[in-house]
Amino acid sequence: MGETAAEQQPLLEVRGISRVFGTLLANDDVSLAVQAGEIHALLGENGAGKSTLVKIIYGALRPDAGEIRLEGKRVQLQSPAQARKAGIGMVFQHFSLFEPLSVAENIALALDGAHDMAALKQRIGEVSAQYGLPLDADAMVADLSVGERQRVEIVRCLLAEPRIIILDEPTSVLTPQEAQALFATLRQLAAEGRGIIYITHRLEEVRELCERATIMRHGRVVAEIAPADHSAREIARLMVGSEVHDVSAPPMAETGAPVLHVRDLTLPAPGPFAVALYEISLDVRAGEVVGIAGVAGNGQRELFAALSGERLAQNRGAVFIAGHDVSLKDINARRKLGAAFVPEERLGHACVGGMTLLENLLLTRHAVDASVVRRGMIDHAAARVATQRVIDEYDVRNAVPERLAAALSGGNLQKFIMGRALDRRPALLVVNQPTWGVDAGAAALIRQQLIDLARDGAGVLVISQDLDEIFEVADRIAVISRGELSAPRPAAELSREEVGLLMAGAHEARHGTVHAAQT
Amino acid sequence: MMVLEKRAAPSRWWSIGAPLLALGMAVVLGALLFAVLGHAPSRALYVYFVEPLTSAWSLEELAVKATPLMLIGAGLALAYRANVWNIGAEGQLIMGAIAGSAIPILLPGWNDALAMLAMLLLGAAGGAAYAAIPAWLKNRFNTNEILTSLMLVYVAGLFLDWLVRGPWRDPMGFNFPKSVAFDGWHVLPTLTGRVHLGFVLALLAVLILWVIVHHMRAGLAVRVQGIAPRAARFGGFSAPSITLGVMLFSGALAGLAGIGEVAGAIGHLQPSISPGYGFAAIIVAVLGRLSPIGVVFAAFLLALTYLGGEAAQLALNMPAKVAQAFQGLLLFLILAAEVLVHYRIRWRGRAHGAARARQGGGA
Amino acid sequence: MSGLEAFVLTVMAAATPLLLAATGELVVERAGVLNLGVEGMMAAGAVVAFAVALGTGSAALGALAGALAGVLVVLPFVFLTQVLAANQVASGLALALFGLGVAGLFGEGYVGQPGVRLEKLHVPALSDIPFIGPVLFGQDVLVYVSFVMTAAVGWFLFRTRWGLMLRAVGVNHHAAHALGHPVRLVRTLAILFGGAMAGLAGAYLSVSYTPQWVEDMTAGRGWIALALVVFATWRPVRVLAGAYLFGAVWIMGLHAQAAGYGLPPQLLSALPYLATIVALVVISRNRALTLANTPAMIGQPFVPER
Repeated sequence: MGETAAEQQPLLEVRGISRVFGTLLANDDVSLAVQAGEIHALLGENGAGKSTLVKIIYGALRPDAGEIRLEGKRVQLQSPAQARKAGIGMVFQHFSLFEPLSVAENIALALDGAHDMAALKQRIGEVSAQYGLPLDADAMVADLSVGERQRVEIVRCLLAEPRIIILDEPTSVLTPQEAQALFATLRQLAAEGRGIIYITHRLEEVRELCERATIMRHGRVVAEIAPADHSAREIARLMVGSEVHDVSAPPMAETGAPVLHVRDLTLPAPGPFAVALYEISLDVRAGEVVGIAGVAGNGQRELFAALSGERLAQNRGAVFIAGHDVSLKDINARRKLGAAFVPEERLGHACVGGMTLLENLLLTRHAVDASVVRRGMIDHAAARVATQRVIDEYDVRNAVPERLAAALSGGNLQKFIMGRALDRRPALLVVNQPTWGVDAGAAALIRQQLIDLARDGAGVLVISQDLDEIFEVADRIAVISRGELSAPRPAAELSREEVGLLMAGAHEARHGTVHAAQT
Repeated sequence: MMVLEKRAAPSRWWSIGAPLLALGMAVVLGALLFAVLGHAPSRALYVYFVEPLTSAWSLEELAVKATPLMLIGAGLALAYRANVWNIGAEGQLIMGAIAGSAIPILLPGWNDALAMLAMLLLGAAGGAAYAAIPAWLKNRFNTNEILTSLMLVYVAGLFLDWLVRGPWRDPMGFNFPKSVAFDGWHVLPTLTGRVHLGFVLALLAVLILWVIVHHMRAGLAVRVQGIAPRAARFGGFSAPSITLGVMLFSGALAGLAGIGEVAGAIGHLQPSISPGYGFAAIIVAVLGRLSPIGVVFAAFLLALTYLGGEAAQLALNMPAKVAQAFQGLLLFLILAAEVLVHYRIRWRGRAHGAARARQGGGA
Repeated sequence: MSGLEAFVLTVMAAATPLLLAATGELVVERAGVLNLGVEGMMAAGAVVAFAVALGTGSAALGALAGALAGVLVVLPFVFLTQVLAANQVASGLALALFGLGVAGLFGEGYVGQPGVRLEKLHVPALSDIPFIGPVLFGQDVLVYVSFVMTAAVGWFLFRTRWGLMLRAVGVNHHAAHALGHPVRLVRTLAILFGGAMAGLAGAYLSVSYTPQWVEDMTAGRGWIALALVVFATWRPVRVLAGAYLFGAVWIMGLHAQAAGYGLPPQLLSALPYLATIVALVVISRNRALTLANTPAMIGQPFVPER
């Protein structure tokens, strides 16, 4: 193989990487080059192979074929420790942090060499000052906000003095303002001559931040482009491989009576690593979609559990569905009033992966649908008919009622879960992160279903971290921050920046304005 | 290097093959163990595993020993499906035996069919009530049911010991620590030889288990709770109710096994009424892969280890503990074989090379 | 010998096996593994220690052999849980049953034989001081070992890099793996350490506490040690305190039996088991406390994706 006579030797070059998982070709002959001082975007849908590729670069996975070169020299990375030694650092998407350990301990775990906590704390102070990433080295990670946790990850990565820094979806957990601060740090790092691989699916960010982008689809590289030269729409088409359908939102007709009415709902945190809800008030009226935006970990799960009845309120008069006080009624009583719920996690919460679709249909029907369960006995034939109907009507592919839920792809399973809820023609739908980790086609379909359901006269509440999604579907928008909910406002009157400020806690009554001033 | 690759769905073939493979390996290792102990493996294996199956008498004895194992195993299978680890069935068996024995010992005059029914009901109630303690502690105080249910085994054993040496000792029994001998309706009727009514109850228990698991909402609740507790809450199933329910169910069946032993196989109360059936039944449930039909087969197999152990003790002068060691070994092997149901085993390196060769052209 | 001195000495003797076994299990659970087989490992340690002490005439050699037996008997558990990612609860139960069975099988010939007792330390002058002498300077080596190991475990867990790694593995094995820490190696070593400590605890029973072999002589101490770890919220110092508390309960039962009081001896024998349940209730009822301290990965199998 002849060396390409490049005028500039790439800092990192990946050639012909392939990796198989069982029958899945996760990476198929992938090549990528990153120059010093460059912020290089790695784009692709979920399952396109981005995570597999960066895990291989970080030494956490071994490739079946291909090679990695650093400044032209071929390296064999057998472990993350070796990768760190070679100058490759990584900031993980789902933070690889240890909640009950201190910030300093968390950082020590990613560094090799002597175990000297005092010296380490001093270096943490230096680095965080240098890059504007304030941190308390003795704080327990469990007590930190998501943004602070990301700072821990970045400082941890920087302390190893990497030449290559990989960031996996870093802004998915940040407010727009926090994201801007992160971009400033990244530009500073690139200016120092480091190479940065930036994984994301947010196209506007890429156009703003990155000089070049490599786009992956189904495990292969499909294009390498300069993002500034292309529109977001063109880039999206490259990622998805086909035209992405727009969601159409016909104007809202007259809204009806509130189908969900929440008044001063306050609940203590259910565990040491959870969020308390504080005086939440909210109305969702028939015919409208209400969106709740917010950074992950600000009480979304806790709010969903309180609305669904998985967790009961502490007193009467807090939650009403279709005019009935359900504060102390469980989830099935709420379903009987016409409510349906779609939680965030598909496997382990919305569905049981090790059970069939039929059994998973029974999971939400057993108490409210006498045609499938009567006097405690299951009617399998009737349940099978209902499951098949959901599969057929909601375009769940590769599915039969006897198939295990875990065997379906994320998008298809989410279609099944949505179908299971919509099939009962709910008067109220509460859904948490409706398209998290779902392919673009299924995501567009699901968002359209949410709007259509509302226009057919139901009330829909969408909790989502994805601001684009919120603006796409919601008629009114509220923001949750540290367990407090801002007053919902019509979507048409709000800008992303305003919502961003609310996400940073500008409306918080209990925590005061100090926090808002900090961020 | 050996790596595990998760299967998309559990292998149907291995769900039957795994227990058989475990049994096969246990026999091989058993032969080795016998050789180490200084016995000709073929002869020892014959005495242990085959001879007990060759006479009508020993086949009946097999059914007698399978009875408590099947009863308890069926109960534990449901509890373990809910991820509730009741390992105190031995204690629940003892308390069931004590509760049921109250009638022949305290009301010897009441000796009719109704008395026998009352004994069985009391036996089940005694076991259930005793199992309710760890369930209540778990629900109320969040204590670990494994440890509390096991501690209660020791307490139950000491309670029985006190009873038969104290207040319930047979006054005419020459100071032996045993109760009066049961007679008439206080003894379970036999079907053939020593096989008593308990055997029918055991088959009935397995049938009930099957109906619950495959046809009832309660079974769905138990299974969801066991695999995915958050999904169970989403389905509106109450975890405390499920915990209490499966503990009552398994405790009742253990109690029934206990009264079956004293009113069927033994005929009176004494300090030791079970050679560890409550613990062996854990193996029954796991070996049977928590399925009703599996429990039946596994109960007979474990009964064979007891019977074979006794035969080996008599014919080969082997230590009595050989049965228990063999049972532990068997459980190890089942758990190892169970992996094949959920994972494919690959040898990385070789298979890797093939993939590399296939991919090589692209570089 | 005063009554108090006798009481303190017997409490120490009753507490030592609990302390040894619980300290070992603490390390195992801190690494995110639940090994319920302590009782079986103790039984194996007890029978092997007894046999080797009898065969060689050296109780110390016996104790070492007991620790080794604990390591050997836990190997199937290591293979099941770390290589095959099997269910830890079931594997631990299997270990408990297997250990008890094998110990009974190989101990059959030793029932009723007099054993070899581990010598007590004797420091001239110091050991003869009333009360303080026998308590501080007149114990056998395993008692000192139990203290040293508890302190060493505390130092290891909270002051060393490997200790930090072990705690990290127990808290979040996915993150530890992503950072390149050898999750299964750390766990394997922890389990082997737990086996050695449980074996040593069993050895203490058969070469020091009551130098003989009796079937089921562990009498549930392995299970109590498991409860102790929960009771101590996974902290070495509290394990020490808990072990002595339980030792005291155990001895009070024996003393009360000797004194009579007209209570049935069975009730007094049941005291340690009932006390264990009470201890579990006391500590577990505070859900926030247990949730915050429980190593989050406990009982969860780890399968790396490489």
